Amino acid sequence: MPNETVLTMRGICKQFPGVRALHNVDFSLRKGEIHALMGENGAGKSTLIKVLTGVYGKDAGSIHLDGVEGEANIHSPQDAQNIGIATVYQEITLCPNLTVAENMYIGRGASFLVRRKEYEKKAGQILENLGIPARPRQQLASCSLAVQQMVAIARAVDMQCKVLILDEPTSSLDDKEVQMLFSLMRDLKARGVGIIFVTHFLEQVYEVCDRITVLRNGELVGAYRIEELPQVQLVAKMMGKDLDELNSMNAFERWNRTDGPVVYEARQLSSSESRPFDFQIHRGEVNGFTGLLGSGRSESVRAIFGADHVTGGQVKVDGKPVRITRPIEAMKHGIGYLPEDRKRDGIIADLSVRENIILALQVMKGFFRPLSRAEAEKFADEYIQALNIKTASKDTPIGSLSGGNQQKVILARWLLTHPDYLILDEPTRGIDVGTKLEIQKLVLKLAEDNVSITFISSEIEEMLRTCSRLIVMRDRNIVGELTGDDLTQTRVMQTIAGGEAS
Amino acid sequence: MKTRREPLTDTQLLMTITICIFIAMYALAMIFLGGGFLRAQQIFDLLNDNAPLIIVACGLTVVMIGGGIDISVGGVTSLVVMSCVLYLNADGNLFVSMLLALGIGLAFGAVHGLLVSYLEIQPFIVTLAGMFFARGMTTILSVNPQKLTHEGLNAIRSIKLEIPWLGYVAKNGNLIPGRIELGVLIALLCVIVIFLVLKYLRLGRNFYALGGNQQSALMLGINVKKTRFMTYLISGLLSGIAGFVFMMHTGAGNATNAAGAEMNAIASSIIGGTLLSGGVGNVIGTFFGTLTLTTIKKIVVTSGLKDPWWQSITTGAMLLFFIVLQSIVLSRRGKSRAKG
Ligand SMILES: Nc1ncnc2c1ncn2[C@@H]1O[C@H](COP(=O)(O)OP(=O)(O)OP(=O)(O)O)[C@@H](O)[C@H]1O
Ligand SMILES: [Mg+2]
Repeated sequence: MPNETVLTMRGICKQFPGVRALHNVDFSLRKGEIHALMGENGAGKSTLIKVLTGVYGKDAGSIHLDGVEGEANIHSPQDAQNIGIATVYQEITLCPNLTVAENMYIGRGASFLVRRKEYEKKAGQILENLGIPARPRQQLASCSLAVQQMVAIARAVDMQCKVLILDEPTSSLDDKEVQMLFSLMRDLKARGVGIIFVTHFLEQVYEVCDRITVLRNGELVGAYRIEELPQVQLVAKMMGKDLDELNSMNAFERWNRTDGPVVYEARQLSSSESRPFDFQIHRGEVNGFTGLLGSGRSESVRAIFGADHVTGGQVKVDGKPVRITRPIEAMKHGIGYLPEDRKRDGIIADLSVRENIILALQVMKGFFRPLSRAEAEKFADEYIQALNIKTASKDTPIGSLSGGNQQKVILARWLLTHPDYLILDEPTRGIDVGTKLEIQKLVLKLAEDNVSITFISSEIEEMLRTCSRLIVMRDRNIVGELTGDDLTQTRVMQTIAGGEAS
Repeated sequence: MKTRREPLTDTQLLMTITICIFIAMYALAMIFLGGGFLRAQQIFDLLNDNAPLIIVACGLTVVMIGGGIDISVGGVTSLVVMSCVLYLNADGNLFVSMLLALGIGLAFGAVHGLLVSYLEIQPFIVTLAGMFFARGMTTILSVNPQKLTHEGLNAIRSIKLEIPWLGYVAKNGNLIPGRIELGVLIALLCVIVIFLVLKYLRLGRNFYALGGNQQSALMLGINVKKTRFMTYLISGLLSGIAGFVFMMHTGAGNATNAAGAEMNAIASSIIGGTLLSGGVGNVIGTFFGTLTLTTIKKIVVTSGLKDPWWQSITTGAMLLFFIVLQSIVLSRRGKSRAKG
């Protein structure tokens, strides 16, 4: 069984106005394998998937599916579903106005009536089995994004499919949910389902996948068995660089500056979502909040920014007592914040990339260090370069960028505002490895420029590389603070686990 | 966990608000204006006069749930009335006249649906053209008002459902039973059928998905074009039915029949909790929306403001009130969700 192919795509080409998204790409998927589709942001992964599921028509090439005579005729997602391809798209594609159960069953099967009770019962069972904290009759809009993502996954795995496609399903899930998903994927694999898995977390690839197909700039680089492609080589293939170049990119000098004046200080700050905590940051310092998802790290920085309802505490900015209860007040005091939940935070799809970048700046003129329009545009162009934003031109509407590249634009928007104190919550989520390094370097460069930065990331390595001080949280409390030689993976893990008091 | 009550969905919430406001308004009218408002016949009259409006508003609700708009409904209704009157007066067959009404409605719906969903032209423009076309055709058919002379239909017209125990005692001491026209029964039937379609048919749920998020609907495997086409087809069909009911009510054809019906229907849908942005709404809400709208007009007249502009002004104020109320309710909801 393991060597039977279930899906073959040959010579796929897809052209968008001004962009050659796919050029002559071959791809094959075997029964019962988990196949990683890798590439930088904008490499064409999502496009390949959408061509396969009939969202986009292909310009050339053929698709064959096991059990379907001749070329598979897929002209719409409906066709794809009907011949056994289930998909979780990168962007959440559910209807917020329907209930959870309806979202799981709508558009499936051919019955004329909706059997609401039956759907709700079945949905309830699936949700319970998968441990998804949602109720079948709940309106989808009232679920968090992570739960919505899980619902989309539940819908896909419930279909009796031959091919399951998961396009960055893990980008808004925590470790526990990811493990849940992986065991689900292994189950399906054992049943002979072929799974296509897209992610930018390399460890995840090596944890579950059997083979890897690498795309670069819309072209096929190659398909490899996981054993024959160690992580460094995978990265090299994705980026099209050789190993020496990679090594030089990886060279980081630890930034360590805590001698400047205190820029921001909070005593017993608390909000509706976070317990009271003390915190301070110096000028030009990079620190981080770490801890498992749900440990309260995002909630703490939200309290600093006034994004949740602030319930108590004293705050000083530049040594002067101030009141920050709403985001606008935080901005007035020179604090910027890139929220974790960026899918909700608006990109304006019809505006160009460049306009989207300088948008925040224009709104916030007067709060932060002022820049002239010409300067802003120059910086915008620089950030497009520095963050490696793949776009046909600076004036392309942002809506046609790949998911990761849209994320970069929002990040650039905040970097550009040059606040005195910048909070970045998961700035590298959904962004490819190469650019992650670039972003880390940018953060350090900003710090050199006297910006104080708080950095949050699920990837501890990334935090260790950038931060000179790590605040460790568990169960909504600060349980330790690590600096200097204590900044190692093991120490962090120990502190998170509560192995010893610090 | 199983027995826990779910919070209302947006659709249910908005509908509940409308029904409560309607009841409160009617109760106030009973207390302060008394008179006619104390008789059941008041409601029956509202229904008798507005049965066609209820029917077209149902069609509009379906279109709006799917995220579209259909402003041709008044024009189509009027064309149906005129065509049927002329046909029947020329010794036409009653049954054929019904088919004629349905046929005209379906034809308009089908053309709108084709243009909007398959050629992807803006629904506002398509149905605006449809409205002008239907109005023009009506005038071509006859500039002068036409009185219905067909005996069979006139006989049917005079059939009224009488409910003695909902009647009232007139000044001369006679008991006048509550009277409901046949058209009202047809309208109620339409409301019920569309309600069932929206709630229990796969097609109906697809309308909501389409209006909720078109891109998602496509990715979830829904045939978006066909689904959208169906919304316009249903709206057209209901306009046809409304035209026939209109004719039964007035017994005459006139080029200005059902003038402004589209705007009243849109207003009724919105008051009933249908969102212009799509995905939220319900015909029971629309039914109460129509009642609310027509009751407020009645209240205005009864309180002595007889000039017609008072009715327009109140309609406008009412609509604004509901839109503001809805957006406040929904945005507060959104905020509490974003936190939770
Ligand atoms: N609808 C569209 N219109 C125009 N260009 C598009 C469209 N969708 C994608 N592109 C372009 O095609 C290229 C490939 O995009 P794609 O979304 O496939 O990237 P990806 O590999 O999925 O990246 P990511 O990791 O960021 O999700 C990009 O350059 C993007 O700008
Ligand atoms: Mg993608």
